[in-house]
Amino acid sequence: MNRSLWIFVAAFGGFAAYAFLAAGIAHAQAPDLSRFSVEDRKSGYVFLGEQVRALQDDDFQNPGMFAVDRGQRIWNTVDGEAGKSCATCHGDAAESMAGVSARYPQFDADRGAIINLELRINEQRMTHMMAPPLEYESEDLLALTTYIAGLSRGMPLEVNIEGDAAPFFEKGKDFFFERRGQLDLACNQCHDDLDGMMLRGDKMSQGQINGFPFYRLIWNSVGSTHRMFEWCNTSMRAEPFAYGSEEYLNLELYVAWRGRGLLVETPAVRR
Amino acid sequence: MAQDIGPEVVAYEIIDFAIPAPLTDVPGDVERGWTIVQNAANATCLICHAMPMPWQPDHGNLAPDLAGVGSRYNAAELRLRLVDPKALNPDTIMPAYYQAQGLNRVQEKYVGQTVYSAQDIEDVIAFLLTLTEE
Ligand code: HEC
Ligand code: HEC
Ligand code: HEC
Repeated sequence: MNRSLWIFVAAFGGFAAYAFLAAGIAHAQAPDLSRFSVEDRKSGYVFLGEQVRALQDDDFQNPGMFAVDRGQRIWNTVDGEAGKSCATCHGDAAESMAGVSARYPQFDADRGAIINLELRINEQRMTHMMAPPLEYESEDLLALTTYIAGLSRGMPLEVNIEGDAAPFFEKGKDFFFERRGQLDLACNQCHDDLDGMMLRGDKMSQGQINGFPFYRLIWNSVGSTHRMFEWCNTSMRAEPFAYGSEEYLNLELYVAWRGRGLLVETPAVRR
Repeated sequence: MAQDIGPEVVAYEIIDFAIPAPLTDVPGDVERGWTIVQNAANATCLICHAMPMPWQPDHGNLAPDLAGVGSRYNAAELRLRLVDPKALNPDTIMPAYYQAQGLNRVQEKYVGQTVYSAQDIEDVIAFLLTLTEE
């Protein structure tokens, strides 16, 4: 099966076995979900079956923790011509990086555009370590991003959309409401209007990004926000944008703001 | 890319919220329609609708149950619903199964293509008309 077809089948197709399991354990005891929503904004966690929640809740079972461990090793590894590691300058990430990811993406004066955590990490490698950038969505960049974002776990998303960021935010917002693809759908039609409904085997969430990078069971791997945007774009049979593209960066800013106040869950686990 | 790689899209006329004339000369085939609507790789109706198909897992629940739809609508009304649902409700989430133009940023391999062919549409209508029991 070719890849996009698989994406579509995965989006809307099978996973009967999973649904069966999920149905079996529904109506156990209602867990306390108050930490997972703010006003009408709800984390994807709220829409998960209990088994997937249990995976996320337990660091020893959470498959995203492998990326965290790997990221921690990379943080401490010297690379590049300057002979430095991230730790050389930033020391213990648990202190220096706590809360940082909750403020990303943000406007970056040097770029004159929006930067997200992945691109910030690569910029640091290039300018401070004289090391080449890591490929977007490579295991190493995902690991380092997951490690750093994980150090903001439990802190509220709080991106700045004012000032220089404002025009980029507006573009991201427009993107969210624009219909695309052969199926002619916009993000809001699924994620604003249908949350909680069943789209075939998927319980529709609000499409929040407070858990990214997250571990997605149907991918069997960790993935970035931009990979998720690509997946949703191709589900509507729209030509996706490139990872790290201006379009996805602006969209990421809008989506992060849309989830303002939600607590960072990285590494979240999702179906 | 090329707009001419897809199938010819047959012209049709909307009259009173319906498309009275069939898109092809070949009468719809119920069996084929039954197969088409269940194809999970091609925007199956089950993504959004429940259908009287108990063997199918995970029916969507965000659109009306299609059981009984064959007694609620005639062929002409169903044809418009499939070909151009936005003519009935501009905000609908239901995809147009027979639209190749006027779309935004279609994935390259689908450019110029409709989700269903004209004959698929007729076959699906024939099948839907058999769903007469609520
Ligand atoms: C046809 C419906 C549909 C559309 C349109 C759609 N998505 Fe999704 N999206 C899904 C499904 C299904 C999932 C997986 C289940 C879930 O988490 O809701 C998902 C998941 C997500 C997630 C992960 C949520 C989490 O908690 O991990 C994000 C983020 C997301 N979508 C963003 C978007 C963006 C941005 C757009 C517009 C480019 C978009 N989606 C358009 C169906 C859709
Ligand atoms: C030579 C010292 C040095 C090295 C090595 C270095 N950084 Fe930095 N980092 C800085 C300085 C100084 C800043 C503040 C402004 C800037 O970006 O130059 C910073 C800023 C950052 C920020 C932004 C913090 C915020 O509040 O927005 C992040 C994230 C970051 N670094 C991560 C990393 C990572 C990950 C690595 C390793 C890949 C790394 N840094 C390597 C010196 C360094
Ligand atoms: C992405 C979701 C979606 C898909 C896929 C979809 N529909 Fe729909 N459909 C809807 C919604 C929502 C409505 C309710 C009216 C509206 O919003 O236009 C609807 C309404 C209908 C109606 C009118 C039902 C009534 O009782 O009034 C028919 C008939 C119908 N759809 C047939 C189909 C068929 C046949 C397919 C597959 C070939 C299909 N739909 C695929 C979302 C969908």
